[in-house]
Amino acid sequence: MATVIELPLDTYKGPVSPDWCPGCGDYGVLRSVQEAAGKLGILPKDLLIVSGIGCSSNLPGFIHAYGVHSLHGRSIPVATGAHLANTDMKTVITGGDGDGYGIGVGHLIHAMRRNLDVTYIVMDNQIYGLTTGQASPTTSKGQVTKSTPAPNGNLETPINPLALAITCGATFVARGFSGEAKLLTDLIAQGMAHKGFSLIDVFSPCVTYNKVNTYSFFKERVYKLEDEGFDPSDFHRSMTKAYEWTERIPLGVIYKTEQPTYEDGEAILKKGALVKQPTKVDKALFDKFVEHMV
Amino acid sequence: MQEVTIGIGGAAGDGLDKSGDTLAKICGRLGLHVYAYNSYQSIIRGGHIWLKLRVGAEKVHNHGDQLNALIALNQDTIERHAPEVEAGGVIVFNADKFKCDPSLAKKGVTILPLPIGQITAELVKEHGALIPVMQNTVALGAVFYSCQFGLEKATDVITDTFKHKGQKVVDLNVGLLKCGYEYAASQSKPITKEWSFTYKARPFTTGNEVFALAAYAAGCKFYSAYPMTPASTILHWMCANSQKTGILVKQGEDELAVMNMTIGAGIAGVRAMCATAGGGYALMTEAIGMAGIMEIPMVCVEVQRGGPSTGLPTKTEQADLFQVYGASQGEYPRLIVAPYDMADAYKTIVDAFNYADRYQMPVTVMSDLLLSEHHETVDREAFPAEVKIDRGEIVNSWPEEKGKYKRFAFTESGISPRALPGTANTLYVNPSDDHDEESILISDMFTSPPVRRKIMEKRMRKMENLLKELTPPELEGPKDADVTLVTWGSTYGVVKEAAEQLNAVGVKTNILCIKYIYPFHAKEVNEILSKAKKKISVELNFTSQMARYIRSETGIGMDAHVNRYDGEPYTPAELAQEIKDKLAKKPSTLDVTEADAKEIAYHYLRTHNGEKLRPGKIVQESVNGLGEPTWYIELAERATGKKSGYMKVGLRTGATYTVDREAEPSAKK
Repeated sequence: MATVIELPLDTYKGPVSPDWCPGCGDYGVLRSVQEAAGKLGILPKDLLIVSGIGCSSNLPGFIHAYGVHSLHGRSIPVATGAHLANTDMKTVITGGDGDGYGIGVGHLIHAMRRNLDVTYIVMDNQIYGLTTGQASPTTSKGQVTKSTPAPNGNLETPINPLALAITCGATFVARGFSGEAKLLTDLIAQGMAHKGFSLIDVFSPCVTYNKVNTYSFFKERVYKLEDEGFDPSDFHRSMTKAYEWTERIPLGVIYKTEQPTYEDGEAILKKGALVKQPTKVDKALFDKFVEHMV
Repeated sequence: MQEVTIGIGGAAGDGLDKSGDTLAKICGRLGLHVYAYNSYQSIIRGGHIWLKLRVGAEKVHNHGDQLNALIALNQDTIERHAPEVEAGGVIVFNADKFKCDPSLAKKGVTILPLPIGQITAELVKEHGALIPVMQNTVALGAVFYSCQFGLEKATDVITDTFKHKGQKVVDLNVGLLKCGYEYAASQSKPITKEWSFTYKARPFTTGNEVFALAAYAAGCKFYSAYPMTPASTILHWMCANSQKTGILVKQGEDELAVMNMTIGAGIAGVRAMCATAGGGYALMTEAIGMAGIMEIPMVCVEVQRGGPSTGLPTKTEQADLFQVYGASQGEYPRLIVAPYDMADAYKTIVDAFNYADRYQMPVTVMSDLLLSEHHETVDREAFPAEVKIDRGEIVNSWPEEKGKYKRFAFTESGISPRALPGTANTLYVNPSDDHDEESILISDMFTSPPVRRKIMEKRMRKMENLLKELTPPELEGPKDADVTLVTWGSTYGVVKEAAEQLNAVGVKTNILCIKYIYPFHAKEVNEILSKAKKKISVELNFTSQMARYIRSETGIGMDAHVNRYDGEPYTPAELAQEIKDKLAKKPSTLDVTEADAKEIAYHYLRTHNGEKLRPGKIVQESVNGLGEPTWYIELAERATGKKSGYMKVGLRTGATYTVDREAEPSAKK
């Protein structure tokens, strides 16, 4: 394995400072992404950050790397196309719970079953923040929001992104918390180093619109799986952990397995990154195609 | 020009596509020109399939007006199409299975029943029992005799088709062909004059295959699609040849994914294409706007089929113009282009990739089911292997001392040289929000109306420059014509011949075919149309979308509109007649014709009675308490021809009023 030359944090300092609310969990995620990239020695020019739309999806504008700030819910297919066309870039997808588990969940399921070699970081604040506080796919049942007022509150069962990821074929599934910076950096670095689809769901509290799932809510409940020597390689044990949402909520690697990636199966990519392959037509082959029509 | 039109009809699954393909390839190798039109109802086994092959000594641009030889692979085909065969023609079918009532055929038509069991007896002894599709080969042999195509090239094509199955299979099929040929020679006379074959072999292909082949020649490296008729055969070609061409093919989970993946690949820097039908394009529209604001090159082929909604999945139409033009919120630069024939389809795709790259914009190539799926012989020269590939202004390296790279630099041309991800010192974000030169957003944290104005103007400037290099439309035909036919897309093929027919009878006619839709040559079109005497639009849609679009761009309206929206293309004579009627100011009628009434009856009987009944005598009745005149249609048993009730169909509405099947034996019980 090549020697990794770690890069300092300011390598990835973006052109503009984030416009998130003071105290937003996303600051911590941004910093952890930068630290993780530095830890792995990925040059900014070789890093592609793809996001959708939402507060957290503004992240590519705040980091020194190539970026795509795409449409709401479409970060995954944009990243899929960009990644398949240039597998030499490290592709990281970032976004929020509405973007990834709501409008874009169809793409997420398929990207995971493909085991595409990309990392997906979801800043999960269990609310729509940019649109000022409506219920999201991970909002707790019964919670009152602008779109789920009293007396009903939220009538829908929240999506369990970790269980969804495990069943759909993601090969690295983890949960972080922006209040646990060191662990978060470590999880993102592990996810980026992992070969295959990695999903990192991050509790990233919205200090403005979600007064339920606050920093203190999580601080009182979270514990680290690594402290308990949890082995994330067993599907059934991992599924049990994915459903643990009680007075104790686990952080860390929930599930990890080694499986061939989509890229491994695509013979065309054995010749290297698509963007670097020659575009010139093979005249003999072309003539054969025409001959076949005669 | 010498020509002959052969119709093959049967049920889906009868193998007539293969027979048609064989016939066309043989004609192609003889140096004849072929245009094949497949008006199938279903791609699922069982539905009625009707394939027409028009063969000419010179180029044929549509499926024509005539039917000279009929190969009927089932009884239904005999009943429906035998009456269409022109005098001097021939009707061929398996006499062991089907019958042709002589009253069905026009005077002077040869009915040639093939006693297949008897004439293939020797072959059966040697090779064993025949499978049903082998009747097709015998029938083909008979028609080769009738049409004077000879056996030599036929034997070559059959050999090429079956050689991978071994010599025995080749021998059997060549034998079957000869059986049919020799039997026809012994029982009938040829229906055509002798041809003078040039033996200039031509590819026989479809629009979709041409789109795929052109994409390969143009250096496409990424193709994405979600299965949807009538675009799927592009996906099939791409998949079948992916490892050879090096084009990475990704089937998406939906069209949202397809368009976004294609844009993603475009962002990474490869030439990328996707294709879909109108319904899929509806899902893609938000993303096309994203490619516009991000200035990403990509090509999308939109194949129109009958709409709206699921509409007519296997029928042709040209009713997506406003959808494609109106795609996505906001305003952005893009090219919308509609090729009008096979050779143009090839050139259009090659150009589309170059325009997309040079102007950094999405290109939508509008096809239609007829162009995409019909088969035609095309000169080889129309498909050059080596084409010009111009990737536009790409920044390959950017020394640090050059300072900050601006992805969206405000330039005179509106084109900002593009660095691809992975290049050092040129880092930027591709933003779906509007942005400044350095791609920093200008709507949330930083707002700047003048920057927004300048970036809009920069992007839209590309349209002015692009328009300057697109070839403006020109009039085809006599300059001093009495009538100018305005059309677009594959309808051009039939308009061209209708104009020839009109000119031949003294109605001076010329054609304006619009290829580039957006940007639009408003000035040139205005100049042409303001001088035209009578202007008539011809489109396969209900609302004359191209005519409306031209009026919106030039202020010039048509004198009349000719529209067809039943899923079928025009034939030249039909169209010429409609034009004459319009010129004579004949009041247009939407009434149900006798032929329509028969088809409505067929539809009703098939869906309610299976294949047991068929329509018989049809007469018009006056208003009879139903509020409108009706067509009285006698029903007859297929097997015996016995009268079996009647039905009435409204002359104006087409409503099915009365169906009385008392005489039907099963109903009596």
